[in-house]
Amino acid sequence: MGNGMTMTQKILAAHAGKDAVFPGELIEAGLDLVLGNDITTPVAVNEFRRAGFGDVFDRDKIAVVLDHFVPNKDIKAAEQSKLCRGFACEHGITHFFDVGKMGIEHALLPEQGLVTAGDCVIGADSHTCTYGALGAFSTGVGSTDMAAAMATGKAWFRVPTAIKFELEGTLSEGCSGKDLILSIIGMIGVDGARYKSMEFSGAGVRSLSMDDRFTVCNMAVEAGAKNGIFPVDEKTLSYLYGRAARKPVVYEADGGAEYERVIKIDLCDIVPTVACPHLPENTRPASELSDIKIDQVVIGSCTNGRMEDMETAHAILKGKKVADGVRCIIIPATMAIYRECVVRGYVTDFIDAGAVVSTPTCGPCLGGYMGILAEGERCVATTNRNFVGRMGHPKSEVYLASPAVAASSALAGYITGPEDRKK
Amino acid sequence: MKTGGRAFRYGDNVDTDVIIPARYLNTSAADELAKHCMEDIDAEFAGTVKDGDIIVAGENFGCGSSREHAPLAIKTCGVGGVIAKSFARIFYRNAINIGLPILECAAAADGIRAGDEVGIDFDTGIITDITTGETYRAEPFPPFIQNIIRSGGLLASVSGEGEKK
Repeated sequence: MGNGMTMTQKILAAHAGKDAVFPGELIEAGLDLVLGNDITTPVAVNEFRRAGFGDVFDRDKIAVVLDHFVPNKDIKAAEQSKLCRGFACEHGITHFFDVGKMGIEHALLPEQGLVTAGDCVIGADSHTCTYGALGAFSTGVGSTDMAAAMATGKAWFRVPTAIKFELEGTLSEGCSGKDLILSIIGMIGVDGARYKSMEFSGAGVRSLSMDDRFTVCNMAVEAGAKNGIFPVDEKTLSYLYGRAARKPVVYEADGGAEYERVIKIDLCDIVPTVACPHLPENTRPASELSDIKIDQVVIGSCTNGRMEDMETAHAILKGKKVADGVRCIIIPATMAIYRECVVRGYVTDFIDAGAVVSTPTCGPCLGGYMGILAEGERCVATTNRNFVGRMGHPKSEVYLASPAVAASSALAGYITGPEDRKK
Repeated sequence: MKTGGRAFRYGDNVDTDVIIPARYLNTSAADELAKHCMEDIDAEFAGTVKDGDIIVAGENFGCGSSREHAPLAIKTCGVGGVIAKSFARIFYRNAINIGLPILECAAAADGIRAGDEVGIDFDTGIITDITTGETYRAEPFPPFIQNIIRSGGLLASVSGEGEKK
């Protein structure tokens, strides 16, 4: 055994009440937050009731967010929302977010200060790994795990090994966390980190904004990872300050921690990157894809619907026109971000550019509604998956990209990076 | 616990969006979900699969979303088990939790052809391709996991109201 633990292992050990844990060990950990959404919570509620559980373990440590199909897209979705609402009301769930207060869960919970550094969080949504950006352990599970956790406040885990990403330098102008994580997935593949942690470290971390870090951790699951995690620095603490109700607990990887693999990345080498259909690992530089004509652009999602993403899209779209034949759909991820876009005049500028702006919803990312693709159509999206049929017809195509590439492509009518367009 | 039936064969990275497309996730009714199982990569599947049939696939089966609707749709179709070279993490956990038997076995995943008659003994991990006569050995689950699957899932096993077979 090694002489130390990774950051993830230290958080897991602390939540299991142990001095040390070892890769492969099965542990039971106490949870700081249990999350579900309008798709996964109904299944969890049915399981919770079927198992005969009476009360939830702690009504302040459960978050139920209606975000996937709300405002309700159809009668069946409305019934699912109603079921969630009923459960939240019955158990007095403190953090229940309905239309008007909701946001896309993984943008909303950090914004509302419900997750802090050192936390151990599970959510019945695969992108729960997003909160690693705050120096927390967080991972996606299914509805049954959510049901059991709502009753017990605990979950079992197999302690993961880790891949360490040592970041140096700074990202070039026009590049963002999205380009970094797409490049990494292109490098290691969609199962390159299966069952493992992706731990980010190195001097380059400092240059990444919190929104960049959220995007990077959000897509750790797209490399198969159990979690992604960043060290806690001044940026993390200033993000958490005045926001998080609970005190941050800062964990650092031990000097002697063992990693399965160490990958060094110079952020200067990252270029605007696009993942082509139908896997997030099919990455190419945006500059090589200018022959790909597009029908739609989506800017939003738990991956890229945050304020910085809106700022990037706005800087590119303001005063310009979306290309003929392209539908450009912009979805701020939370009500606070949506409101800020209104206050700053972004919404007016987006509409003048020929885009539409929706209230927060996961909607088109998973082919729910608000931008479904027809047979043969192509979309550049700032979302996280481009699987067959993900955004609509099984013969439609999704190209994953950053907000800068998506907005630039909306103006061009074909895939292009922000730099290429300037030339 | 045993199953046996015809093999349906798929490749690497079968994701949860093709196992059950999100456009059908406005319900959690298992029989509704089963009607659309694998629809986007195999439109024939849900209509032809019979009780006890098995799915054979490559690496990273079930990657993508955390939707428990995916293993639930497969199980409700009548599929007796899934054999793959590897499973994505959340799917692996969900399959156990809802009582869908799965086995990791690269040799079987390579050797079994679409349409072969296959028998699986989950207690021993022995997989038999009856059509070709080949047998394969997978690592069986430890007894406590087998008990969860046999009971019909985690909460059924905890509450003792399992659908014991």
